[in-house]
Amino acid sequence: MENFKVVRLDGVNLTTLKIIGFLDAHTAPTLEEAIQKLLDEEQVNILVDFKELSYISSAGLGVFMGFIEEVRSKNGDIKMCAMSPKIYRVFDLLGFPTIYQIFDKQEEALATFPQNSAASSSE
Amino acid sequence: MPKAKIEYKLRIPSQTENLEIIRFFVGKVAEKVGFAEDDVGKIELAVDEACTNVMKHAYTETVKDKTLDVAILIDYQKLTLVVTDHGKGFNPDKIRQPDMKEYLAELRVGGLGIFLMRTLMDEVDYDIKPGVRNQVRMVKYLINRKNSKIVN
Repeated sequence: MENFKVVRLDGVNLTTLKIIGFLDAHTAPTLEEAIQKLLDEEQVNILVDFKELSYISSAGLGVFMGFIEEVRSKNGDIKMCAMSPKIYRVFDLLGFPTIYQIFDKQEEALATFPQNSAASSSE
Repeated sequence: MPKAKIEYKLRIPSQTENLEIIRFFVGKVAEKVGFAEDDVGKIELAVDEACTNVMKHAYTETVKDKTLDVAILIDYQKLTLVVTDHGKGFNPDKIRQPDMKEYLAELRVGGLGIFLMRTLMDEVDYDIKPGVRNQVRMVKYLINRKNSKIVN
């Protein structure tokens, strides 16, 4: 039963991670591994696309908290886009919009990364 | 909301792979008794957070029977969720609401579950008997408590 997956889309200076399904304490390590792999490759410009994420708990939110400091210390950022109102509410309850830049549309988020050359998904 | 008291129970291994099943079980009951979609989502998240705490912290390696119980009591205008484990327990007096300003400043990881449970539900309390049974009890009212009338 595959209830969560991460799809990686590499651009020139930016990687988009599309997260799909349920992000909870069981599936959070999958996302953790995907972000850790990017850091190992020194990719610190990361956009997380929430369009196909249907659920998040604090374990999922904790993954982003675990990496943001390191990413920013390396002059990168983790930005987020396309959250459903249900997912955004959980972020909002915990005050996350003051920590992370969250965009409605993927294109808006992509435009804010430095020297980005179209790492958008080809759906 | 049904007029009689109804109880639903689920006993399940204390493993994170079962969170999805627990959320589904609780969500379906909440939906059936008439909670709006928004509140169903809050109840699902609250039970997930309570069970995640049990799965991560309640049992030491040596305990053989690592199960948890999720009970849902439907009582007139409210839904009560009771999550029970038989693990080592903790001191509820030591749980404090995280100071969000401090938390955001430190970008601290974890410890958000209890804060979320208190925010999402109308009542949250604990009954801890270490090694015997530990319970967290959470209540969500179907209608605003101030305006509620008990209908028999």
